[in-house]
Amino acid sequence: MVGIVSFGAYVPFNRMDRKRIGEATGDPTAPGEKAVANYDEDSVSMAVEASMDCLTGLSASDVRNLYFASTTAPYREKQSVSTIAAALDIPMEARAMDFTGSLRAGSGALLAGFDAVKAGAGPVLVACSDCRLGAPQSQWEQIFGDGAAAFLLGEDGIIASLEGSKSSVAEIYSQWTPDKGDHVMSWEERFYITQGYNRFVGGTVKALLEEKGLAPGDIAKIVLYGPNPRYQMALAQSMGFSIAQIQDTLFLTVGLSGASNVPMMLAAALEEAKPGDYILAATFGEGCDALLFRATDALGSLPPRRGISGFLKSGKNTMRYNTYLKWRQLLVTEPPRRPDPTRPSAPAMFRERRKKYAFYGSRCLACGTPQFPPQRICVHCQAKDNMEEYSFVKKPAVVATYTVDYLTFSQDPPAVFAVVDFEGGGRMICEMTDCDISKIDIGMEVEMSFRRLFEAGGISNYFWKARPKR
Amino acid sequence: MSGKGIKDKVAIVGMGCIKFGEHWNKSLDDMMVEAAYEALGSAGVTPDDVQAYWFGTCNSGYCGITLSVPLKIQNKPVTRVENFCATGTDAFRNACYAVASGAYDMVMAIGAEKLKDSGYSGLVIIPPADDGTRPNYSAPAAFSLLAPAYFKKYGLDPKKGKEVLARIAWKNHKNGALNPKAQFRQEVPMEKILKSPMVAAPLGIMDCSGVADGAAAAIIVRAEDAHKYSKSPIYVKGLSIACGSGHGAMHQDYDFTTVRETVHASRDAYLQAGVTDPRKQISMAEVHDCFTPTELVIYEDLGFSQRGKGWEDVMNGVFDLDGELPVNPDGGLKSFGHPIGASGLRMLYECWLQFRGEAGPRQLKDPKLGLTHNLGGFPWECVCSVCIVGKEKG
Repeated sequence: MVGIVSFGAYVPFNRMDRKRIGEATGDPTAPGEKAVANYDEDSVSMAVEASMDCLTGLSASDVRNLYFASTTAPYREKQSVSTIAAALDIPMEARAMDFTGSLRAGSGALLAGFDAVKAGAGPVLVACSDCRLGAPQSQWEQIFGDGAAAFLLGEDGIIASLEGSKSSVAEIYSQWTPDKGDHVMSWEERFYITQGYNRFVGGTVKALLEEKGLAPGDIAKIVLYGPNPRYQMALAQSMGFSIAQIQDTLFLTVGLSGASNVPMMLAAALEEAKPGDYILAATFGEGCDALLFRATDALGSLPPRRGISGFLKSGKNTMRYNTYLKWRQLLVTEPPRRPDPTRPSAPAMFRERRKKYAFYGSRCLACGTPQFPPQRICVHCQAKDNMEEYSFVKKPAVVATYTVDYLTFSQDPPAVFAVVDFEGGGRMICEMTDCDISKIDIGMEVEMSFRRLFEAGGISNYFWKARPKR
Repeated sequence: MSGKGIKDKVAIVGMGCIKFGEHWNKSLDDMMVEAAYEALGSAGVTPDDVQAYWFGTCNSGYCGITLSVPLKIQNKPVTRVENFCATGTDAFRNACYAVASGAYDMVMAIGAEKLKDSGYSGLVIIPPADDGTRPNYSAPAAFSLLAPAYFKKYGLDPKKGKEVLARIAWKNHKNGALNPKAQFRQEVPMEKILKSPMVAAPLGIMDCSGVADGAAAAIIVRAEDAHKYSKSPIYVKGLSIACGSGHGAMHQDYDFTTVRETVHASRDAYLQAGVTDPRKQISMAEVHDCFTPTELVIYEDLGFSQRGKGWEDVMNGVFDLDGELPVNPDGGLKSFGHPIGASGLRMLYECWLQFRGEAGPRQLKDPKLGLTHNLGGFPWECVCSVCIVGKEKG
């Protein structure tokens, strides 16, 4: 038997009330808010967050396969999953692959992962993350939101077994982003809803239920992709599902997150599932993938994690439309009179990958002092080459002191820098993110978050920042 | 750790320092030529007499030819020195050692920096290629960390703390107003300093030193030869540089109320110069007031003030021009300006003027021993230089 062993999710701290769009543009707006990745977040950094949540209580060194699914990978050529693997400290012997180009990338990665587990490839971590861009003042700009979900697939300790799946493929234009395009484009919706979404999603779900000898009433939750909640409800109800059975699309709280949308809904469904529950998830994009899960007794013994509900609880929805435009670089502002960041060095990044991505420092074996970055000679006792690797990733930390920097280059000035002291020893001076300047104070609890610091020379430069504990 | 030092073995017999400021119509070459020839003229010597050069610039040029070409130095040794804000002092220090060693009879130390051509706000040092993990804080942000830590440790509320810092800027502008070579020659009211636009909280723009172009130079000879060139030479008593281990950025026992490198460099220089009670023995000091909290912490690190009492000394006027121990009588970095490679030599230039009674309206009464101090880098990892010079030999 194969299935889901663990799951996790991530919702950005910042949310924009959709009313803010209307206030700026005069357009009518949909209700609710959309989750907005900070300027230093992207699909890769959010995938790392969701994966860390998923691996709560588990060891990344047991992961043998890592798949990343997104329509918004930072590179056309160069894997993104390798960045995620490095940040999660997954062994270099792992098999890693990006799944992209379709809203079904998430479900495709899950299905490929289950096949790999069945074939004996060992546990597979699937991270689904998206940060899609609708053109300013388009309906997609209002509908889209950012977020991620991750699942560990395996054979042992399954919390939800994979009971079956069905897929379909159809050459149909519903939405697309051209190679050189900046934002998602789409066909007139009546066409792709009636001829694509209703037909393929409805048909594939129905075929799966029939194969398993199940009726809609047997399913606890239908985790159904929906271009918007109206079409989702209409399709689900037409198939015989009641409103109580339909998993929330997260439209009001996150928005439509693309390839990670159904995976995030699935994570939310698992957070509320009871052992024995059937959960049916179905995605849409040039066809449909439908996956049937059944929660097991092990679900109850999964260690607590943040998940969708945890991350939704901490957030700020005061951001303005103007800020959103700046973060997505849709509004070009005058740069500060400071040098632009230079691209990081590929050899230096490769050499320092344990520090830069997995956030290892060192600990002196002579005096026990943890230190970051890793040192050859101990900062405390000067012992030479007597260090062990020491992970700072999940160490609780507090702000020792801080400053608000109005002068330095930042995509969202002013930048905040903090001296961060880790429990058990060790200190670093780093940038803060997702941080309310009026609330930051000495002694504030912080945690480390993997971020995209800047892009230079076509290279997305990732490293860790501190954020107020969520 | 301390070296033996070269107390009274070398002397300065000539100095030059151009007016610091926004020199839109002067190049680096212009400034170096002017400072060098002012120093030569002051010593009454010609380029032919100078046997070797130590040339300090942080990043306005590379290599000795940056100096040798504009000065048309005829195939003599020129060593380019770079040590962040201690650049000028380190050029001087190495020049002194070369004379003390007997290798040369007469050398020049010269520092110059052209900052205003870059178009950037504040100082910019482009780091070497790295793995992209270096935090990108600005210099004021790095030094602003001293302020809240100091206030908290010694029980100053933020308003009082800000007032103490403003008092330091006020004092340096008051002194600079009396100096024809300073970048800013205006007294600035406390209110204006307190209300200046925020750069790195709690530091406003008026807590920051001036970004300036400038150059300064010194002619150095053996002490026994000094009177051949000058009726009133000044003597080198102590020279020290300390580079720290970066401890404060990695170790939780650093509390951001001190700069350890200053403590170490000053104790070394005091030992060389035979100074046991700096507050009493030092007549004047030119210190690295890059930002107001830096100067506050420097008072305590140099041993001028007791720990936690520096702010009281500030408010009591101890370091004013007419105070017990005048600090930055020429206006300091704050008012004189801070062209990085030139600043250390500019500080020595003020000692030179004060010892010779040439400081005009800001002349101190018979100063005997002067201290210069530079600090480059960040409070938790920096290079610090301390130099002690005296009016009299022995």
